[in-house]
Amino acid sequence: MNWHTIYFLLFSLAACGFALAVVFSSNIVRMAFYLVLSLGATAGLFFLAGADFIGAMQLLIYVGGTLVLLVFGVMLTAQSPFISMKTHSGDWILAAIVGGSLFAVLVQAAFSISQWQAGSSSNDPAIVAAPTTTTVGEGLLGLRVDALSKASTLQQTGVLSGYLLPFEIVSVHLLVVLIGAAYLARAKRRKLVQMAET
Amino acid sequence: MADFFIHHWGWWSWLSYLLAGFIQCNLLLLVPFIGAMFFVWVERKVSARIQDRLGPTRTGGKFGWLQLLADGLKLITKEDLMPGEADRLLFKLAPYVSFVFSYATLMALPFADGWVALRMNVGVFFVIAVLGLEVFGVILAGYASASKWSLFGAMREAAQVVSYEVPLGLCIVTPCLIAGSLDLITIAQKQQGWFTNWYIFHDPFTFIIFWVYFTCATASVNRAPFDLAEAESELVAGFHTEYSGFRWLAFYMAEYGSMFTVAGLGAILFFGGWNGPIPVTHLLGWAYTADESHWRTLGYIANLLGCMNFIGKCIFWVTVMIWVRWTLPRLRIDQVMKTCLKYCTPIAAAMFVGVAVWRYEFPGGLWVKQSAASAEVREGAFMDATKKEAGTINQPSAQKLIEKIASEEVQ
Repeated sequence: MNWHTIYFLLFSLAACGFALAVVFSSNIVRMAFYLVLSLGATAGLFFLAGADFIGAMQLLIYVGGTLVLLVFGVMLTAQSPFISMKTHSGDWILAAIVGGSLFAVLVQAAFSISQWQAGSSSNDPAIVAAPTTTTVGEGLLGLRVDALSKASTLQQTGVLSGYLLPFEIVSVHLLVVLIGAAYLARAKRRKLVQMAET
Repeated sequence: MADFFIHHWGWWSWLSYLLAGFIQCNLLLLVPFIGAMFFVWVERKVSARIQDRLGPTRTGGKFGWLQLLADGLKLITKEDLMPGEADRLLFKLAPYVSFVFSYATLMALPFADGWVALRMNVGVFFVIAVLGLEVFGVILAGYASASKWSLFGAMREAAQVVSYEVPLGLCIVTPCLIAGSLDLITIAQKQQGWFTNWYIFHDPFTFIIFWVYFTCATASVNRAPFDLAEAESELVAGFHTEYSGFRWLAFYMAEYGSMFTVAGLGAILFFGGWNGPIPVTHLLGWAYTADESHWRTLGYIANLLGCMNFIGKCIFWVTVMIWVRWTLPRLRIDQVMKTCLKYCTPIAAAMFVGVAVWRYEFPGGLWVKQSAASAEVREGAFMDATKKEAGTINQPSAQKLIEKIASEEVQ
């Protein structure tokens, strides 16, 4: 048991434990707080696996962005100071079915990968120094990083088959959505002001 | 350090690693802690000088250093209050959340060449990601206090921090664009040499963008003139209205920790990090190499000087923030938002495009002609290193990766 395993157990326990805490808590803001800890522990797992870009992304998008938005939404829509959610028994059954089936699929997928089974793993403690941003960029440019066994992959696949074009289209699309949202919000406010004046 | 203990003093490896880890963790924690104490004292003194406040100029000791102890004692002996309606768990946790996220950024901040707790390929990205998380502690504090003052303060501050992350990110990306890396150590290493190699002097656009960065950084750590969220007298102290004593101190420490971090990030991205204005250590050939299995004393001294350089730059920029705080009047919330969305974001975006064009047209930066003219003045080991690096920048990294894999296959 090396330090890598110990940290993996620590982070995975934190992720699972706080995920359970999210489920069993009834106060929404506490739920959000537990979700932060759970997602933060997941980011820790990513860092541990050497995927520091994905880990930082997880922190930035899920922990920083999504959850702040969530808490904002809760605070803005709250009627009473502390909202607690009541779950009906039907919700429990539905959630159990969805969550259970997803869990089963994930467990099956995890055990079907031969490299992850016990005994076959190479006991390399950490690959933290691997340059993941470079690989992500190369993946966008069309270099299949997972299939880089031959030096001629770049020539075979070519640059055009990469994800760069979809990525750029998505970026421009997001920008358009942002501008549109800003425009809509602005127009609405003007109308409200006019209504208030008349 | 552990290797040093093992190879030079012949200690057991577990003891060496334990001791090295202990010393380094403590050093990393002590820098912001002592820094926060020192900055509080500087803040008191500067505010006293600027605004003619009598208290801090008359506290005892040489230069009034007893003010530190007085502040600390006052804060620790205050009663620990909590509103009756508050969400007890979150109310207690919120200061620590803020504090932890503020100090976690130091993990990725290099103090000198290779002197970093966790060298990450995406150091810059990690620092902004974790700095942005600090707002969560603020929201928790405001929400859990069950007080309208706190809630409004938290909303204002969260809105401010979240919106200032946009121009801040744009400003931070620019030096990464020039350096072609997200690694803080690589970015600082690329600025080695005379102070003209610093990215603030790289081209006119970076010179402008540093000031945008500084404005946004000041705003994102809630310093004046953007400290509306915690304005003292006008708005009943914002999100930490209900906090007292040590919990309030934790928020304050988090603020000073973040100030140190953004100042350090600015120093690395725009002011050459640990590289001094004159490359004394490089001219003397004391370059530090982190991958050597044992310490070379000269390299160690060079890095110690670099560390002092870096901390000096941090202290300078924090002092500028303090100076700005006690000089400028506070902005209204609409003015704060206007500064962010109408001025900082477009300027940062335009400068980003400008830097991209400039880097394409003049890859060597603003001083490429002058450096060719006065090459003999600047001769030294570091110039060769930078030239070598400049040669390898343009090489596509995909090709390098393929070559690496091909060579591994041959082996």
